[in-house]
Amino acid sequence: MILDDFLVRATLAGVGVALAAAPLGCLVVWRRMAFFGDATAHAAILGVALALLMSMSIFAGVLVVSLLMATIVSLLSGKGYAMDTLLGVMAHSSLALGLVAVSFVSGVRLDLMAYLFGDILAVGKADLAVIWGGAALVMALMGWRWSRLLTATLNADLAFASGIDPRREQLILTLSLAIVVAVALKVVGVLLIAALLIIPAATARTFSRTPETMVVAAALVGMTAAVGGLQTAYWFDTPTGPTIVSLAAALFALAGVIANARRLLWRAMASRAGR
Amino acid sequence: MKLLSIDALDVAFGGHLVLEDIHLDLARGEIVTIVGPNGSGKTTLLKSIIGALTPRRGRIEKASGLVVGYVPQRLHLDATLPMTVSRLMRLPRRHSAHDIESALRRAGVTPQADSQINDLSGGQFQRVLLARALLSSPDLLILDEATQGLDQQGMADFYRQIERVRQELGCAVLMVSHELHVVMRTSDRVICLNRSICCAGTPEGVAASPAYRAMFGHDDDDGMALYRHHHTPTSLEPSP
Repeated sequence: MILDDFLVRATLAGVGVALAAAPLGCLVVWRRMAFFGDATAHAAILGVALALLMSMSIFAGVLVVSLLMATIVSLLSGKGYAMDTLLGVMAHSSLALGLVAVSFVSGVRLDLMAYLFGDILAVGKADLAVIWGGAALVMALMGWRWSRLLTATLNADLAFASGIDPRREQLILTLSLAIVVAVALKVVGVLLIAALLIIPAATARTFSRTPETMVVAAALVGMTAAVGGLQTAYWFDTPTGPTIVSLAAALFALAGVIANARRLLWRAMASRAGR
Repeated sequence: MKLLSIDALDVAFGGHLVLEDIHLDLARGEIVTIVGPNGSGKTTLLKSIIGALTPRRGRIEKASGLVVGYVPQRLHLDATLPMTVSRLMRLPRRHSAHDIESALRRAGVTPQADSQINDLSGGQFQRVLLARALLSSPDLLILDEATQGLDQQGMADFYRQIERVRQELGCAVLMVSHELHVVMRTSDRVICLNRSICCAGTPEGVAASPAYRAMFGHDDDDGMALYRHHHTPTSLEPSP
């Protein structure tokens, strides 16, 4: 069977995460929630530790802790702390606490790197089912609420006037973020999950004229980075998660160069036409 | 027929009353303007009506099935969000290209539907937002200082457009404004707000009332609204 090949499983896992991360990553960028995504992802290591200690599924542990983290941040914001300070405190303390908690679990010291940086080559059939299940759920949520999410992103009052409660949309976004963190853990690890959300969306911005084209472009960039990064890591024997993110970063830089070159070309043509 | 009825409304931010004992009825087809100094609760009142704020006390009753069109004070579009005019017009509900074009024309703007929002001038963007609000065929159009950043001519044009829209759609208009002299001419009714309603009535009646004169000075016929912040003794003092 084709799924018996570990490279095929890894490729499918990467593509699944890239697809779910695209609409979510765009919303995170538009709403300036990049650091929020980072904090949610860092909290995941605490979820891993708790899951191992209580011997329950890692997916569930990560999901619960990430959701808890997001909720605490939402509740505490506007209570005298600036959002970025609050997120800085929460992100790094949960990461540190998670690392300490993991040390209590016997026999997982070696696996720590896999949780921090991902271990996409070790994705099994059951992992694949979880990844695609979670990705499908997030894509369905995004598709269902897209118009409302977008209106709430544009302006909260505009949303209220159209009969949309922006707080509910924020909740759906937070839930989706926790799901994506939980499924992406195996692919790139807690330290690099936010990169998979932000970099493809930022790369896509240059070439997009509507929100939807930006999502499609982000999905393409994400998939290219996942598949290309996997191949590169295989041939050069480099760590897979970081290689995928490095390739995404290279695509981002390339997009910037192309956009600037295009702008210069337009200007040159315009000045020649004006002469 | 009453579209909207506000009864004994109090709104507070952190224990501090921003609106106190507001009573207001709106009928179909009338243009009502709220005037008042900065921080008098004008925007808070509009936000309460669209449901963005929860009142501490009182009731806001809307006619069943009331459709509200809302034009915000200023909309900042994040530079990372690509958005064309036609996509903005389709948020949150779909409309045909034909409907979008006629709404844009009705709002007095003819930008290409595929222009980027961030390439529009301030006045064009405000009109696009007005067109978007018109698309849902509102019973009530709410404008929060929608002419901010427009010059005198642009402002006058904008209000003429609002009057035309009211005639064509028969909707009620509730707006907040600082441009008193322009507003006086277009409004059926003016409400002078300073935490509570200090006076209300026809533009002429309000302009002549002592409460209004105390708040704005009296020589604004020539277009110079004077903001002399002489408040009535009962208002703006935080209650002990």
